[in-house]
Amino acid sequence: MNQTKEHGLYREAFEHDACGIGALAQIKGIKSHQMLQDALSVLVNMEHRGGKGLESNTGDGAGILFQIPHRFFRQEAQRQGQLLPDNGEYGVAMLFLPKSLEKTEAAKKVFEKVCRENGMSVLFWRAVPVDPAGLGFTAKETMPTIFQAFILRPGSVSKGDAFERKLFVTRRLIEKRIKNDKTFTGEIFYVSSMSCRTIVYKGMLLASQLSSFYLDLRQAKVETSLALVHSRFSTNTNPSWERAHPNRYMIHNGEINTLRGNVNWMTARESNLYSSVLGEDLEKVLPIMDQSGSDSAILDNVLEFLTMSGRKLTRSAMMLLPEPWVHNTDISEKLRAFLAYQSTLMEPWDGPAAIAFTNGIQTGAILDRNGLRPARYYVTKDDRLILASEVGVLDIDPSQILQKGSLEPGKMIVVDPVQGRILWNDIIKEGLANELPYRQWIDEELVLMDQLEEPSAQVSHTLENEEHDAKSELNHLQQMRKFGYVFEDLTEVIRPMAESGSEPLASMGTDVPLAVLSSRPKALFEYFKQLFAQVTNPPIDALRESIVTSTQVYLGSRGNILEDSKKNCHLLRLKTPLLDRGEFRRIQGIRVRGFKAQVFRIVFDRDADPEKGLEEALDKLNEKVLAAVKNQTNIIILSDRIQSAGDVPIPSLLAAASVHHHLIRSGVRTRGDIIVEAGDVRGVHHAAMLMGYGTTAIYPYLAHTAIEEMAKKGDISCPAEEGIKKYNKALVHGIVKVMSKMGISTIHSYAGSQNFEALGIDLSVIDKYFTNTVSRIGGLKIADIQREAVAKFDMALQAEKENIPPALESGGETQYRTGKEEHLYDPMSIYLLQQSVRSGNYKTFKEYSSRFNEGKIRATIRSCFDFVNGKSIPVDEVEPASEIVKRFKTGAMSYGSISKEAHETLAIAMNRLGGKSNTGEGGEDVSRERLESNGDSKLSAIKQVASGRFGVTSRYLNSACEIQIKIAQGAKPGEGGHLPGRKVYPWIAKTRQSTPGVGLISPPPHHDIYSIEDLAELIYDLKNANDRAVITVKLVAEAGVGTVAAGVAKGGADLILISGHDGGTGAAPGSSIRNTGLPLELGLAETQQTLMRNGLRSRVRIEADGKLMTGKDVAVACLLGAEEFGFATAPLISLGCLMMRACEKDTCPVGIATQNETLRAKFKGDPSHVVNFMMFVAEEMREYMARLGFRTVEEMCGHVEFLRQDRENVNWKARTIDLSSVLAMPEKPYEGIIAGSEIMHFAPEMASHCDLNSTLDKSLFLPLCDHVIENLTAVHFSADVSNVDRALGTILGSRITRKYPDGLPEELICIDLRGSGGQSLGAFLPKGIRLTLTGDANDYFGKGLSGGQLAVITPAESGFIASENIIIGNVAFYGATSGKAFINGFAGQRFAVRNSGANLVVEGMGNHGCEYMTGGIVVCLGPVGVNFACGMSGGTAYVYDPNDMLGSRLNHELVDMTQLALHDYSLLKLMLEEHIDITRSPLGIRLMYSFDKEKTHFKKVIPFGYRKIKVLAAEQEKNGISHAEAISIAFKMVTRDNQGKGNE
Amino acid sequence: MGKTGGFLEYGRKDHGVRVPGERLSDFDEFVLRLPEEEQKIQAARCMNCGTAFCQTGMLIDGKVSGCPLHNLIPEWNDLVFRGKWKEAYDRLSLTNPFPEFTGRVCPAPCEAGCNLGLGDDPTSIKDDELQIIEKAFDNGFVKPMNNLSRSGRRVLVIGGGPAGLAAAHSLNRLGNKVTVYERSDRMGGLLMYGIPNMKLDKSVISRRLDLMAAEGVEFVCNKSVTTIKEAQEILSQYDAVVLCCGSTDPRNLNVQGREASEVYYAVDYLGRNTKSLLDSKLTDGKAVSAKGKHVVIVGGGDTGTDCAATATRQGALSVTQIEIMDCPPSDRAANNPWPQWPMTYKQDYGQQEVDYKFGADPRRWLTTVTKINKDDSGKVISVDIVKVKWEKTDKGFAPVPVKGSEETIPCGLLLIAMGFTGPQTPVMDAFSVERNSRGLPAADKLYHTSNPKVFTAGDQRRGQSLVVWAIAEGVECAYEVNLCLEKQKQQSAKID
Repeated sequence: MNQTKEHGLYREAFEHDACGIGALAQIKGIKSHQMLQDALSVLVNMEHRGGKGLESNTGDGAGILFQIPHRFFRQEAQRQGQLLPDNGEYGVAMLFLPKSLEKTEAAKKVFEKVCRENGMSVLFWRAVPVDPAGLGFTAKETMPTIFQAFILRPGSVSKGDAFERKLFVTRRLIEKRIKNDKTFTGEIFYVSSMSCRTIVYKGMLLASQLSSFYLDLRQAKVETSLALVHSRFSTNTNPSWERAHPNRYMIHNGEINTLRGNVNWMTARESNLYSSVLGEDLEKVLPIMDQSGSDSAILDNVLEFLTMSGRKLTRSAMMLLPEPWVHNTDISEKLRAFLAYQSTLMEPWDGPAAIAFTNGIQTGAILDRNGLRPARYYVTKDDRLILASEVGVLDIDPSQILQKGSLEPGKMIVVDPVQGRILWNDIIKEGLANELPYRQWIDEELVLMDQLEEPSAQVSHTLENEEHDAKSELNHLQQMRKFGYVFEDLTEVIRPMAESGSEPLASMGTDVPLAVLSSRPKALFEYFKQLFAQVTNPPIDALRESIVTSTQVYLGSRGNILEDSKKNCHLLRLKTPLLDRGEFRRIQGIRVRGFKAQVFRIVFDRDADPEKGLEEALDKLNEKVLAAVKNQTNIIILSDRIQSAGDVPIPSLLAAASVHHHLIRSGVRTRGDIIVEAGDVRGVHHAAMLMGYGTTAIYPYLAHTAIEEMAKKGDISCPAEEGIKKYNKALVHGIVKVMSKMGISTIHSYAGSQNFEALGIDLSVIDKYFTNTVSRIGGLKIADIQREAVAKFDMALQAEKENIPPALESGGETQYRTGKEEHLYDPMSIYLLQQSVRSGNYKTFKEYSSRFNEGKIRATIRSCFDFVNGKSIPVDEVEPASEIVKRFKTGAMSYGSISKEAHETLAIAMNRLGGKSNTGEGGEDVSRERLESNGDSKLSAIKQVASGRFGVTSRYLNSACEIQIKIAQGAKPGEGGHLPGRKVYPWIAKTRQSTPGVGLISPPPHHDIYSIEDLAELIYDLKNANDRAVITVKLVAEAGVGTVAAGVAKGGADLILISGHDGGTGAAPGSSIRNTGLPLELGLAETQQTLMRNGLRSRVRIEADGKLMTGKDVAVACLLGAEEFGFATAPLISLGCLMMRACEKDTCPVGIATQNETLRAKFKGDPSHVVNFMMFVAEEMREYMARLGFRTVEEMCGHVEFLRQDRENVNWKARTIDLSSVLAMPEKPYEGIIAGSEIMHFAPEMASHCDLNSTLDKSLFLPLCDHVIENLTAVHFSADVSNVDRALGTILGSRITRKYPDGLPEELICIDLRGSGGQSLGAFLPKGIRLTLTGDANDYFGKGLSGGQLAVITPAESGFIASENIIIGNVAFYGATSGKAFINGFAGQRFAVRNSGANLVVEGMGNHGCEYMTGGIVVCLGPVGVNFACGMSGGTAYVYDPNDMLGSRLNHELVDMTQLALHDYSLLKLMLEEHIDITRSPLGIRLMYSFDKEKTHFKKVIPFGYRKIKVLAAEQEKNGISHAEAISIAFKMVTRDNQGKGNE
Repeated sequence: MGKTGGFLEYGRKDHGVRVPGERLSDFDEFVLRLPEEEQKIQAARCMNCGTAFCQTGMLIDGKVSGCPLHNLIPEWNDLVFRGKWKEAYDRLSLTNPFPEFTGRVCPAPCEAGCNLGLGDDPTSIKDDELQIIEKAFDNGFVKPMNNLSRSGRRVLVIGGGPAGLAAAHSLNRLGNKVTVYERSDRMGGLLMYGIPNMKLDKSVISRRLDLMAAEGVEFVCNKSVTTIKEAQEILSQYDAVVLCCGSTDPRNLNVQGREASEVYYAVDYLGRNTKSLLDSKLTDGKAVSAKGKHVVIVGGGDTGTDCAATATRQGALSVTQIEIMDCPPSDRAANNPWPQWPMTYKQDYGQQEVDYKFGADPRRWLTTVTKINKDDSGKVISVDIVKVKWEKTDKGFAPVPVKGSEETIPCGLLLIAMGFTGPQTPVMDAFSVERNSRGLPAADKLYHTSNPKVFTAGDQRRGQSLVVWAIAEGVECAYEVNLCLEKQKQQSAKID
């Protein structure tokens, strides 16, 4: 392995990859060279899905797996004077060996030796012939020596599986031997494959280089009946040959989000395994996983291990990626029982994944439960299955295609040449489900909560006693104090959850010190930040896509995953991990065979040794639990109840994590599970963290007590029991939300997944208790944690001593309270800032900024920095402030979250300065394109493209200087948004192209970005949509953001914005605001370091934002590597914001975050306020520049050596952190090798160029349409296309929009296309263009359709029935705003997601159709998948449903299913006629032929909120009121009706 | 947090008052509390601001904005809105030991800083506070705390005004045995004798004193400390001494004729009236009476107002208030933005009463007294006054007489309400407490003096100020004293 040393903030584990995959198989098992050639063609045609590094000729990796080419090898053997035995009698190892001859020879010796030891002999070695001529520098530099070893089957081992297993065991032994041999430290030694069936050729190559590099692949004698190919896109340019796919058993396109937990659990299982086929060899292959490998490699390790242990290949794949079953109505009872049993064996490996696998005989593929990766397939008349990320990757005559399909979420497909047929999902799974009596096992063995008895009187009595001391109210108060409760915990956390059953919302981000900088004692939970998915994998919408979500967990001793038995499922199943007192007691007193519960107290003594007390208590706890587990205890209850005066509770998180890891290390983790009876758990983050570190169930008794108190006092509106139920529900819901931010669907696999980064915890603590958690700035040691625990305890005692009134202190964490937690924006900051910008007085501004610059308030990492003095220069030599402000931006705040007045004032101010304002996610009124009479412009220079795609039209994009793709936002990364209907005022609805009064949902992910190569595609689409705009990608700081940024740079972005965690927001759950994401400084520094390390920095610009407040903040950001700077909160304060934190309530008293007209009238902001603020900041920046000796921002950028950590003037906690990793000088490995790779800022000459000139639009469409655009004459022509032609028509559309913002007359330009269209066909197509494709198309078809017309027609010569085959890919018409389309076939998943105005006809669709739709009409002439219309708040769908399936497929949350009315029928008929007219659809014709009969089978799906508004408006219009006014009246009526129904 | 958007629905409604016609006939309190339901609605207007300026007590150009006690206003406003009077009382008590005083006499810098006040009428915080504490008394929530844990330490507080009482209260709750010396015959300082009964009924003070006494605080009246010997004796008996003697040296009116009789300092005048009221219901004749006299009050501040109200009640022939500053604007001036203390024109209760009785506001702005004229018996008969204008001189802005505006007005009782210059010196001398240029105790640390065992708080430390500052200082000083004593104990334990 190439081990890279840790330097700065970068960690190798952060690397991600994604790709294009292909799997080909001959169903009858007939081998041919053509199969290999086809596979290589597939690979080359997916090159755009792969990545390129710094050099255009170095790829991220490409490879192929196929069957051992026996005929070829026989010939090759002969050349070496060897005779190969028959096929199957020998195995071939494909090896990457060290570069040096000497080491290579040494490695070969080891290889041979271990083979010999295992009774096998190496027949001969073959140097694999390669031609590295075309490779780039980095690939050549790191190229290994590549050899094949031919190994004879020993006579003692039988042919087939046994031999394959022997090879596997031997390989593992070789790998371990080499790893432990110092000779090979730092050298490459990697076994690409070692099998008697398959072989892998791969490397750090471009897809197109594979066959030119490996000469073998050109040999006609190389034949196979199956192949897996893979083109990799890595987030970095780290040279790596072995990370290329295929792995030994599979190729993977995706990301395992729960990897850490899966690895921990898998490791824990190792001591518990037994395999009859491996027998004693099992020991030899352990550890199962090479943890330094990528997630794909680890997944491959496990798949291989399971298969080698005797499990079927299909079963193994299903164990890893089970299909959802808890809420799934689409599966049989038997299968459900099987899946239930299965779930007791292993947690899912959760995350987006499309996997193709083979054992050299069977070839198959399986998709993750969310279906977040594309997998399309053709079955041909000559018995081939061709499955790939895209269609059209192999040129196949349409007449040869038997079937076109797409793998559905959670489904599997396998080619079995032995049976000579394709095994479809149901056949495989029903087969497995019928193998053993799973239903019976489950019924007999699985224990459910309601089967547990109430504890016996005696037990109950003891339990009562334990709670006894907690009886009086005062005592509760005192307990709460000891657990660090503050008043707000009751009023803002527990009470709202107990009342509403959900976590309350907050706004305006966070501006309090990081836990490790705060001078107040903090809960240990606060030192950890939740990780979230961005770019390399998508967050998911657990709320609307709850069908895949599961909250259940198991308790007890786990069985053996390698063999099925009844006792494997002898576990206690909980519906959710949150318990109430009754449930907890029943578990505690469990008296069922095979279960033993035991309570362990997690407290330490107040007077214990202040250095070691806590550590010793934990050591003791660990040992006690271990001993108990060895003595059959399998329900480990950790209880922090205070029983005597000196009891200081151990933070429950620390105790749970400590026990969890100790049991893992002791190899007994799977023998029992952990329940925490915790007093310190209040909010969602707390509960999520406990789950993340191995807890299975939580009983938050003190919070429950608080609820009981509230109920008693009438503080909540429901009885205690109900309040507790709701509170628990809110926590469960919150955990689901936290894990869905990471893209995880099941709590079962979230448990132990450790998706957190520590911020302010020393590695000594991490390594012992939170093993493998990322922690990069050091911080508290165990004694410090003890000190904090004691401090809380002492404060409680002090309160008692001081006889203060019976009330909890305020914490001041969200709402500022003088003397409590510090805030950056405290009253004095706000006052001074507002006075300075209103008066234009720079002195007042300095008074404001000195509060931060001089360290009076130390809340941020940057407040711990000081400057290293340089050679100062006079200020007037520094570039003027008027130049610096051009690098300033205001934050993305949507029109809707803030008022028109505030939004436009910001735009005017930034335009006056030459800086840039941002639309935010909400579109922009076209009237703002006009200049004001005084020359001011209200147009936002930055147009944001967020997941909701509100108002993202061709026109919107073409009015941008910069287009910003918002992947995440600092306040709530990984989450979507919901603008409740009452806030969708008519004027907001207009710019968002939606209906007033109807709620709008922004999904958590962009549905066209599930991976890095998808993002590259969106960047490409947007460059096509407006080639004059800078394309920006907005990321939020978290561990690994640097590698994501590197990927984004490789994906072609021009600018990367790194946002700090503390950014504001209109509304987000409190725990998201406070506990997710990292401070800007870490994210920015990591990004700079990683980009430099990859030589990519000079290709892109870096912008930073995150509560930047002063010139010092900007100077620090610049030195850390930013060259542009964003501000949001400060400009709002300048405009009058008082940090009310009431944005979500629409009651902003200064008229900023509100649409209420009375309040908007109170807006007192003026563009000059923002102008003054920006100029002041720039002026102050200049002072720092002069002091350090920089004349320009560019000169200054990245000079991190001018910063140092100030350790003197800070509190004791802040002194524990070590910021040297943030301040590390970046490595420049390519300096002097690749020009420009060492530049620390953006250099125009290094900018990545997106080659738009080779597009069909440029080469053909524009020339042919030139005269049309000039003279408005019609044109009609045709063209051939293939899957590499992406975003067809988009450039043409952009040219039209620029000249004719409202589009052209319908069908002025008609283009007929033939073939397979690439991704994003017709993206943002404006009115006047019609593209008609005969063939099929890939994902994102019609993305952002802006008035244009699209059609896909099944070729007449195709043998299959159009309406039964997939013809367009996933996520078609995402964010379409107008226009129409006719699809003569089936569509993939998420058809018409977020459509807001297009009218579409399709003949069937996959899951999640019409998701989040807000307008337009969808006619579906065939079946829809499950979860249809989820989150659909507007628009209408007509579905042909002759078999009454729709009801069960529908997500009923927002919509009704009704009969059609008369006007519906006429509309339907009209659209049907047009569909037939354009596509000649046989199904359409049939329906039309007997329309009167068939029309009754149509059902109408319409959101009820939407219908209500429509009906009300129509009534008004009947009275002669104009449409606009009618809508406005209807809006008022609806919102008035909804008053008092509480918060969203 | 009150009701979401409550401020959009409800307007401000202040407490009621007894009509002047009725209240002028007695010295009883004139404020009437709102009915409970209406007060709840007032609390509903609170916006629960993310950054509640009302509770900051920050100084802007020397003037306070927001509550110096950092009362948890949004939190108890919410409880009032929800009718949780007990909880509201508990939260109020966390920061304010004497809400019944501030609820009556505080000029409410909290309301000046109330965010709602930026574009609307501020929340009626002061009324909410008074309602909470009076409801707490009415409902028996206010009870002496029994079984206070005791440290065995003794602390003497000298001065029974708001600062001294607050210090005593907190020190007692912190477990110290506290004695309070007061030089006059009744505890309360300016609360007792500075503020007239109609604004703060004296039974309110005794109600509090009774509670404190029940918790173990010892009160000693008619006791002052002026000699070094006394001081040394005290220092030997107590672990610490807290000086809260106020800033009681009145500013004099240095004009010709000052020696005339029937010229009084306002505090003396007010105090004698209150004492007579309490001692004999005004029958002992020991009060200075304005009956049948033209009363001239020099000084337009709160004390002047109290004088006007008292004189009106006593039956003055006329009441005139001389104010050297200009009449402030009715709305905030541009250089006086929110959340600064608003320098705006207001009619306080005394002026309203004069207005009611005599038909005009008593205040004469931009005016100063130049001479006091007396009759043969030496009694004041009139004063010469003159208009001034403020002009920039080399010493900054100064009032300059306007020629031709001279006037003589009749005057049978002249009251000087021109504030105080600083604390009196004897007690400081007795404890050898060093003073700074302003005559205030000089020290390196807040609430300390040059004598390590002697602490100080309130007006004595900061100069004349508001009751709420006195209470805030008293509380904070108590914590500082306690901390020092704790540390001493730990240190001596270490030495042992």
